[in-house]
Amino acid sequence: MSAPVIIFFVLAAMAVLAAINLIVQRHPIHSALSLIVVMVALAGLYLLMGAEFVAAVQIIVYGGAIMVLFIFVIMLLNAGEEDRTNFSKLALYGGIPLAVVVTGLIAASMVNSSVAASLPPAQPVTLTSTRTLSNLLFTEFVYPFELTSFLILVAILGAIVLAQREN
Amino acid sequence: VNEFLTHYAYLIVPIAKVAILVFIVLTVDAYLTWIERKVIAHIQARWGPHRVGPHGLLQPLADGVKFIFKEDPMPANVDKAAYFLAPFITLMLALTSLAVIPFGPQQFTIFGYETTVGIADVNISLLVLFAITALGVYGVALAGWASNNKYSLLGGLRSSAQMISYELALTLSVVGVLLLAGDFSLRKIVDQQAGAGHGLISWNIFPQMIGFLCFFIAAIAETNRVPFDLPEAESELVAGFHTEYASMKFAMFFIAEYTSMITISCLATIMFFGGWLSPFPDSWTFTHYLPSVLMIPFGLWVIFDGIRYETLFGRMVLPIVGTVLTAIGAALVLFPVLNDAIQGIFWFLAKVFAFLFVYIWMRGTLPRFRYDQLMSFGWKFLLPVSIANVVLTSVVILWRMH
Repeated sequence: MSAPVIIFFVLAAMAVLAAINLIVQRHPIHSALSLIVVMVALAGLYLLMGAEFVAAVQIIVYGGAIMVLFIFVIMLLNAGEEDRTNFSKLALYGGIPLAVVVTGLIAASMVNSSVAASLPPAQPVTLTSTRTLSNLLFTEFVYPFELTSFLILVAILGAIVLAQREN
Repeated sequence: VNEFLTHYAYLIVPIAKVAILVFIVLTVDAYLTWIERKVIAHIQARWGPHRVGPHGLLQPLADGVKFIFKEDPMPANVDKAAYFLAPFITLMLALTSLAVIPFGPQQFTIFGYETTVGIADVNISLLVLFAITALGVYGVALAGWASNNKYSLLGGLRSSAQMISYELALTLSVVGVLLLAGDFSLRKIVDQQAGAGHGLISWNIFPQMIGFLCFFIAAIAETNRVPFDLPEAESELVAGFHTEYASMKFAMFFIAEYTSMITISCLATIMFFGGWLSPFPDSWTFTHYLPSVLMIPFGLWVIFDGIRYETLFGRMVLPIVGTVLTAIGAALVLFPVLNDAIQGIFWFLAKVFAFLFVYIWMRGTLPRFRYDQLMSFGWKFLLPVSIANVVLTSVVILWRMH
C-alpha cells in the first residue's frame, strides 16, 4: 500500500471512530471534542485530495470558530452528564432500517464507482488551488457566494434582535 | 550506511530537522524566561535571578529540575480525560505551528534530498498557521473547564471569548499583506519584500503600517500576554485556567506560551519586516560584517566581565563562553562563505529577538485591561480598523493597476 492510502485509512478510521464516540459519550463536552476530531480528520482527507485551501478553512471555520462557540456555550450553561434513556420505539422501527438502507446505498454507489475513483484525478492541483477557487467564487459562482453571505448576515441580525429583546 | 541514508532521506532529514528545531526552541523558551525575568527586574530596579550560576544563567535549568520533581496533585472530581489532555493539546499545537515557518533563504541538499531552513515549505503556510492558532483555544478552555474550579472556569471562558474576538482582527489584519504578495506562502511573502534590492524601503511595514499595528495588538491578545493576560489575571483569578495545574503540566502551559510568543514574533518578522532580508541595500556588502562586529566585542566583554566575576564558577565559565563567542565572530570574518550563509538567519533572529524584547518590555510597562475594555477594544476598534485597512489596500492596488 502506498503512503496516501495508509494515511487515508488512518484518517477515515479516526473520523468514523470519533463520530461513533460523539454519540456514545454522555457528557456534552466529550461529544463536542469528538466532533472536533471528526472535523480535523475530514480536513486531513481534503488535504489528501489536494484541496489545501478547503482543508485549512475546514479547520479554521469548523474546528476553530464554530466548535469553540459550542464548547463556550456548553461551559457557560454548565451542562452536566446526560442520562441514558430506554431504546425508543421510533429508533427501533424507523431508525435501524433507515440506517441499513443508507449504508447499503452508500456501499452500492462506492462499489459501482470504484473504477472511476481509482483513476488519478484529472488536474488535482489546478482545480483546487486557492487562486482557481477564488477566481471561480468571484466569477462563476458569485451569486450563490453573495447570497450565502447575505444569509449569514441575516442570521447575525436575527441573533442581535434576539439578544436585545431583554432590554 | 550512506546508501541507507540516501534511500530514506525523505524520512530521516525531516525527523532530524524536527528534533533539532524542538531542541533549539525549548532551549530558547527556557532562556526566554531568564531574559524576561532579568529585563523586568531591571525595569523595576531589581537584580533578577543571579544566584544560580553566573548572572543566574543556570536558573532555567534549576527551574526545569524543580518542575520535574514537584508533586503533581490532582484536584477531586476533575474531568480526567480533559484535565490530562489540555496541557498536551496546548503544547503540541504551539510547537506544531513552528513547523511551517521558514527561518532562512537557503535551499540545500542533504543525501540527495532537497530541503529548506525550516521544517515544511507549504504553499498555504499562513493558513496552516491560522488553523493551528484557531485550535489553540481548546487547550486553555478545556484546562479551565476540566479543573473543577471556578477561577479556572472563569479563566477558560475569558480566554476562549478573548481568542475568538481577537482572532478575527488577527486574520483580517494580514489580508493587506496577502493582497500585496498575492500568495499564502510565507517564503513568497518574504521574497516579494526584497523589491529591487534597496533594503528596508520595500518592506511591508511601510504600506501596511495600520495592518501591522492591528496584527501585533491582536497577536499579543492571542498569546494571552500583558496587557491582555486576563485569562490568568492573578489579582482576580488566582492563576486563571492553570490554577489547578502543577509540576510538568504547568510547565507545559508555560512552554506553550513562550513558544507561541516565538511563533508570533517570527510571523510579524516575516510578514511586515522582510523576514531574513537585510535592512541595508544589497550593494552595501560591508554590512555583512555586522554579525562579527557585534559578536567579537560582546565576546570580549563577556571575558572581561568573567575575569572579575564574584564567584569562582563564574570566573571559570564566563571567560570560556566569551572566548567561544569571540572565536565565532572571528571565524565569520575569516571564512566569507560561512559569513554569507548566516546573513539571512542573523537578520531573522535579530528581528525575532527584537519582537520578543518588545513583548517583555510591554509586560514590564503596561497595566492590564479591564474585561469590558478588552472586548470593546477588540470589536469596536481593532476589527473596524483592520477591515478599513483591507478596503484601503485593495483600493490602492486597484488604482495602481489602472
